[in-house]
Amino acid sequence: MSRNAIELWVGLFVVAGLAALAMLALRVGNLSTVNVTDAYKVTASFQNVGGLNIKAPVTMAGVKIGRVSNIQIDREDYSAIVELSIDRRYNNIPTDTSAAVLTSGLLGAQYVGLEPGGEDAHLKQGDRIEITQSAVVLEQLIGQMLFSKAQGDQ
Amino acid sequence: MTSIRLLGRWVINSVLRFGRATMFLMATLVGVFLILRRFRLIVQQVFAVGVLTVLIIVVSGLFVGMVLGLQGYNTLVDFGAESSLGLVVALSLTRELGPVLTALLFAGRAGSALTAEIGLMKATSQLAGMEMMAVDPIERVMAPRFLAGFIAMPLLAAMFTAIGVLGGYLIGVGMLSVDSGVYWTSMQEGVDVYDDIFNGVIKSVVFGFVVTWIAVFEGYDAAPTSEGVSRATTRTVVIASLAVLGLDFILTSLMFSEV
Amino acid sequence: MSQVDTAHDSLIEIRDVGFSFGDRKIYDRLEMTIPRGKVTAIMGPSGCGKSTLLNFIGGRLKPDNGDIRVNDISVPSLTRRDLYALRKQMGMMFQNSALLTDLNVFENVAFPIREHTELPDELVKNLVLSKLQMVGLRGARHLMPAELSGGMTRRVALARAIALDPMLVMYDEPFTGLDPISLGVIVKLIREVNDALHMTSVVVTHDVAEGCSIADYVYLLGQGSVIGQGTPEEMSGTKSPEVRQFMGGLPDGPVAYHYPARDYKEDLFQDWPDD
Repeated sequence: MSRNAIELWVGLFVVAGLAALAMLALRVGNLSTVNVTDAYKVTASFQNVGGLNIKAPVTMAGVKIGRVSNIQIDREDYSAIVELSIDRRYNNIPTDTSAAVLTSGLLGAQYVGLEPGGEDAHLKQGDRIEITQSAVVLEQLIGQMLFSKAQGDQ
Repeated sequence: MTSIRLLGRWVINSVLRFGRATMFLMATLVGVFLILRRFRLIVQQVFAVGVLTVLIIVVSGLFVGMVLGLQGYNTLVDFGAESSLGLVVALSLTRELGPVLTALLFAGRAGSALTAEIGLMKATSQLAGMEMMAVDPIERVMAPRFLAGFIAMPLLAAMFTAIGVLGGYLIGVGMLSVDSGVYWTSMQEGVDVYDDIFNGVIKSVVFGFVVTWIAVFEGYDAAPTSEGVSRATTRTVVIASLAVLGLDFILTSLMFSEV
Repeated sequence: MSQVDTAHDSLIEIRDVGFSFGDRKIYDRLEMTIPRGKVTAIMGPSGCGKSTLLNFIGGRLKPDNGDIRVNDISVPSLTRRDLYALRKQMGMMFQNSALLTDLNVFENVAFPIREHTELPDELVKNLVLSKLQMVGLRGARHLMPAELSGGMTRRVALARAIALDPMLVMYDEPFTGLDPISLGVIVKLIREVNDALHMTSVVVTHDVAEGCSIADYVYLLGQGSVIGQGTPEEMSGTKSPEVRQFMGGLPDGPVAYHYPARDYKEDLFQDWPDD
C-alpha cells in the first residue's frame, strides 16, 4: 500500500477514535446535561440522610436542577450536612424552601427534593436551607409500626 | 526435591525476565523521545497496529453491545426496570467491557503480530544487521511500535464502547420495547463523564501500555529460531491477557471502590 | 580513507583474546593481524567461533580478556556513541543476508544512507543506483526481498554493506548454499569491490576452495586459536597435520572422526539405563 494511502487510513482512524470519545462524553455521559462548574452551592442539615450518595440528583417539582456535591457530619450536633450544587439557571429559589431526602420508587435510589417556599429573597452561594425532612429509614419505620401495634394490643 | 528446585528455577527466571523487560522498557522510552521527530515511522506503525485492528474491534463491540441489550432487557423487565437498559449497557461498557475486551482482542490481533514480526526480524538477523549499520533497533524498530500501540489502544477502546452502546440501542430500541429517548436519558442520568468514562479511558491507556510493552519485549527477547518465535507469540497472548485481567482488578478497586 | 597508510599496514589487530560461552571455551590467547587493503579469509570448521570473531570486530560482543584494535581504536572499550560512529565505517554481509523484509531492494540499499545522512532524494538515488549497478541488480530495484533468489539476496546485501563506502567489509559465510553461477558472481564481486573501492575485506568461511581463490592471506582457526596462517600457496604446501586435514577435507586426522566416547566394547556391555 502506498504511503499516502497509509497516511489517509491513519488519519481516518484517529478521527474515528476521537469521534467515539466525543460521543461517549456527550451522548453517553452527562457532559452535555449538567455543567458542574456553572453551579452555586447551598447546604442543608438533616438528622439522617439514609442511603443518600454524593452525585445523587437534586430535584424541584420532579425536575432535576442539580446534584449532591458533598455529605459530612456536623462536628457539634452530629447531624448530616449535605452540600447541594444547583445549576445557575435556577437562581430564583426562595430562601424558605424546604429540602427532603426522598426515595424514587419503593426501594430505588435516594435523592434530595426541594419544595419552594414563599419568600421574595432567593438562595445564594453558601446559603443554608433551614427546613429539612430526613430520610425515611425502612428499619425505623417497621420498628415504629411494630411498637405501635404492640401498644395497641395492650 | 526436584519440584522445589524447578520452582526455584522458575522464580529466578521470572525475576531475570522481568529485570530484562524493565531495562528494555527504559531504553524504549528513551527511544520514543528520539523517534518523535520521525513522524512517518509512527504513522506507519499506527496503521499496522491500529487500523488493521479496527474491523475486529468494531464487529466485537457491536455484538457485545447487542448481547448486553438482550440480556439486560430480559433481566430488567422482570423488575419493571427496562427503562434503565441504556444505563446498564453504557456502564458495563465504559467501566469494564470496553477497555478489557478491547485489550484482550488487541493482545490477540496486534500484540501477537508485533511479537511475530519483531521475533522474525531477530531470527533473520535483521536486528543484528541494523546494529552493524549503526542503527539502534530499539530506537528504530521498537520505539515506534511501542508508541503506536500506546496511541491506538485508547482510540480502539473508545470505538468499541461507542459501537457497543449503539448495538444495545439497536436491540433495546429497535427490537424490544425500550423508548429511544429513555434509552439515552437513563444513560446520561447515570453515566458520569469523570467517574465512568474518564476512568475507562485511563484503563485503556494503562492496558495499551502494558500489552504493547509485553508484545514488543517478547519479540525482542525471543529465541532467534522459528520455534522461539512461535513460543514468544503464544507467550505474548497469554501473559498480556493475564496482565490485563489482573490490572483490571487492581484499577477497578482503586477507581470505583467507595471509601 | 582510500589511501593505504604505509605507517600502519594492518587495519585490525587482535591481541591475546580469550572468550567463553558459559562453560564452553571459544578462544584462548587468540592473536591475529589483518592487513589493510587486502582480502583476508578466516577459515575453520563449523562451530569454531568464526562468526564470533566478526562480532568482536563489530563490537556486538566483548571478549573476556585481550584487546581488539580497529584502525588503532580499541573496540571493547568504546562508548556506545563512539562504537556507532566506528560502525558507520564498517559494512557487514550476514550469512542470511539480513535484508529488511518490508522494504524493496532499492530502499534496503538506501537504508543506511537515509539513516545516517540528510542527503536529498536525488543524490540518494544516484548513490544507490551506482551500488546496485556494481552488483548488477539495478534492474531489480523494485523487487521485494522475498522475490529474490539466494544469490541475488547476497548481492543486494553486498550492495547495502558498501552503501556508505566503508573502510572495512566483513562477510559472514558468503558462499554457503549458492549455486555454482551465483557462487562465481559473489567470489568475483568480493574481489572487485575490495580493489575498486580500496577497502579491507574479512571473509569468514569454511569453503576452502573459494576462500583460497579470493584471499590474499588466510588464517585457519581450530581449538580456540590460530593453527595456521599464510598466503593460500603457503597454506596448501604446509606440513602441519591440522592444516592439511582441513585444507584437504580428510575425514580423520588430528580432528578425530569419533566424538569423544568410552571404549566401544565397554559401552556395548554396559547395563541400561546409561550412566
